[in-house]
Amino acid sequence: MHLSLALVVSALLFGIGVYGVLARRNAVAVLMAVELMLNAGNLDLVAFDAWWRDTMHAGQVFALFVVVIAAAEVGVGLAIVLAVFRLQDTAAIDEVTSLADRDPRVLADAAAEVDG
Amino acid sequence: MTHWAWLVPALPAFAAVVGLFLSRYVPGGPAVPAIVGTALSLLVAVVLLADAESNPGAVHQTTVPWTPLDGFHLSIGTRIDGLAAVTSVMVAIVALLVQIYSTAYMAGDPRYSTYAAEVSLFTAAMLLVVVASDLFELLIGWEVMGLCSYLLIGHYWQTEGARSAAVKAFVTTRIGDTGFLFGIFVLGVAAGSFDVGQVVGRASAMSHAAVTAGALLLLAGVVGKSAQFPLHVWLPDAMAGPTPISALIHAATMVAAGIYVVARLYPVYLAAPDARTVLGVIACLTMLGAALAALAEDDLKRVLAWSTVSQLAYMGAGLAVGAWTASIYHLLAHAGFKALLFLAAGSVLRSVGTNLMSEMGGLRQRLPVTFVTAVIGAAALAGLPPFAGAFSKDAILTAAREHGGALGTAVYAVGLVTAFVTAAYATRFIVRTFFGSYRGALDVRAQVHESPLVMTAPLVVLAAACILLGAPVVPNSYGVASWLDAPTGTVPLHLDAAGVVLSAVIVIAGSAAVVALYRRRPDEDPVTVLGHAATPLVHAFWVDDVYERLVVRPAYATARAMRLTDDSAIDAAVVASGQGTSAVGALLRRLQNGNVQAYVSGLVVVVIAIVMTVSLAVAR
Repeated sequence: MHLSLALVVSALLFGIGVYGVLARRNAVAVLMAVELMLNAGNLDLVAFDAWWRDTMHAGQVFALFVVVIAAAEVGVGLAIVLAVFRLQDTAAIDEVTSLADRDPRVLADAAAEVDG
Repeated sequence: MTHWAWLVPALPAFAAVVGLFLSRYVPGGPAVPAIVGTALSLLVAVVLLADAESNPGAVHQTTVPWTPLDGFHLSIGTRIDGLAAVTSVMVAIVALLVQIYSTAYMAGDPRYSTYAAEVSLFTAAMLLVVVASDLFELLIGWEVMGLCSYLLIGHYWQTEGARSAAVKAFVTTRIGDTGFLFGIFVLGVAAGSFDVGQVVGRASAMSHAAVTAGALLLLAGVVGKSAQFPLHVWLPDAMAGPTPISALIHAATMVAAGIYVVARLYPVYLAAPDARTVLGVIACLTMLGAALAALAEDDLKRVLAWSTVSQLAYMGAGLAVGAWTASIYHLLAHAGFKALLFLAAGSVLRSVGTNLMSEMGGLRQRLPVTFVTAVIGAAALAGLPPFAGAFSKDAILTAAREHGGALGTAVYAVGLVTAFVTAAYATRFIVRTFFGSYRGALDVRAQVHESPLVMTAPLVVLAAACILLGAPVVPNSYGVASWLDAPTGTVPLHLDAAGVVLSAVIVIAGSAAVVALYRRRPDEDPVTVLGHAATPLVHAFWVDDVYERLVVRPAYATARAMRLTDDSAIDAAVVASGQGTSAVGALLRRLQNGNVQAYVSGLVVVVIAIVMTVSLAVAR
């Protein structure tokens, strides 16, 4: 099998992942898109491992590491999504903007309105 | 004994510290340290005077090194000669009497403890000026006096008049003090030492330019402190302070310091005839102008203030024509009768509750002791023989006529005219206050009564001094002058019978004129006979108004312009740079909108751009 076939598939997967991260509103879908990007990388690692005929199989070992780390990352990511959903009653990532830097005067006005 | 001369200023200074910080722990209250400190200082001063009297001409100098100053060794210590001894006794006596008098006059004043401590500090500063052996040491006392005068004139700081009078006194004397400081520099550098003895000893060897410049610069400070034209304006306003303070400032401290410094450094002035001419001209202008202003003044204390200005000008004129001993004699006599007059005035004011003579009159039965002592003081002020002021004034005028040249002739002429005016205003002061019928509110009249013994006793002591300082001088052929040890080159104390008779006639004429006017219309101010001619006198020749136009208003205008520049240029630039930073920050703030996907979009775009740039660069 030619190397380029694997690389094209990997590039497509990565492109879909980037699209998902940038365009999807649902945080779970964004996490899934991140998985796609990670696995596009895994596919590349395995493909090059085979193509170089590496006796140490460093590419395959590395892919295994990525899988493990991805699993942990999803665990943490889903926990964050769950916590945000509990706090803000939404999983839409573009509505979670509380870390924005706002004009302090606007903030003070808003606080005054809340107090008033 | 002279090794202990430092105690003279140190004791009142210690009393001031105790009075300021520890007076609540002193049994008997704040008056005790003030009076005891001044009395002990007087005791030491009297011992020094006895020593000076038994060794005429001796100078006792005790110094310790203070700090080396690039070639100059400053020392701190005391220099006691006849002049210093007699002046410190005079200062201590007046200060002691003022302290005793104040215990009754200031009774019930909530800030009495501060007041008493400040009076002690004032006395200490003046005594430091008197005994100082080094010009910088002298300057310390000189400046502390400036501070104390500010504090004490502003004692009633709740009133607007006292506040502005205190600031006026401080700023006006400060203008002169700037010259004084540079005068010390000039003389010290010219003499190679700041030691008083060295400066005095080398005065004749200094270059003419240096000694003239130094003498004139010192004169600026003297004119400020001794309230001579054109820096005399602070003294009449200083009447806003408590009356005992006026007695202290006018008799013993502050104004006497200016004359004293000229006398102390007299060889410098002997070597600088131009400076003496300037002093003489200033003194002539001040002498007559202040006496005329006193003639038309209705405020009792301001009459006395103008008379101080005028009498100090007599001393200045005496020093200008070389009549050193006569000027010192007049300084002592003036201290006696001016302290007496101010304390008597305080006794009157305390009884009737007003300063204005137009609301007094007929007080002689109600205030018998005050009346008799005030008449003695006024006679001494007018220069009626045999009271204190008469012979000292005549000695100055005789010396001016016989030894002063053209300047002396001018001093003599102006002095005689001033003697006439002085007699007139002194008589007017007595007539308006103690004779005629009472012109104030009726309900006050019933309560007018003589002051308590602590206030009248100092009056009696000072009245005795006024008589004693005058009477024995003639028979003992000026023995008072022998141990005063005048610098060589000065005119010895000398009186001639014709001069004494002439000025006595002038004094009696001035007095008689006022008495005649009073007889004709008892309830009218004698000065009204001058008609419109009195207008410039009432306004003291508009000097204050000229300063208001030429100095005060431009100064305020400059201050406002400075503030405007500060607000609209310097502050505006600072504020604008801050606002600009905020505006740029507001633009950047839009990027951080909290939407994570927007950040990642930016990241992706930038990464793609970097990768493409690098790839293209590698491919080429």
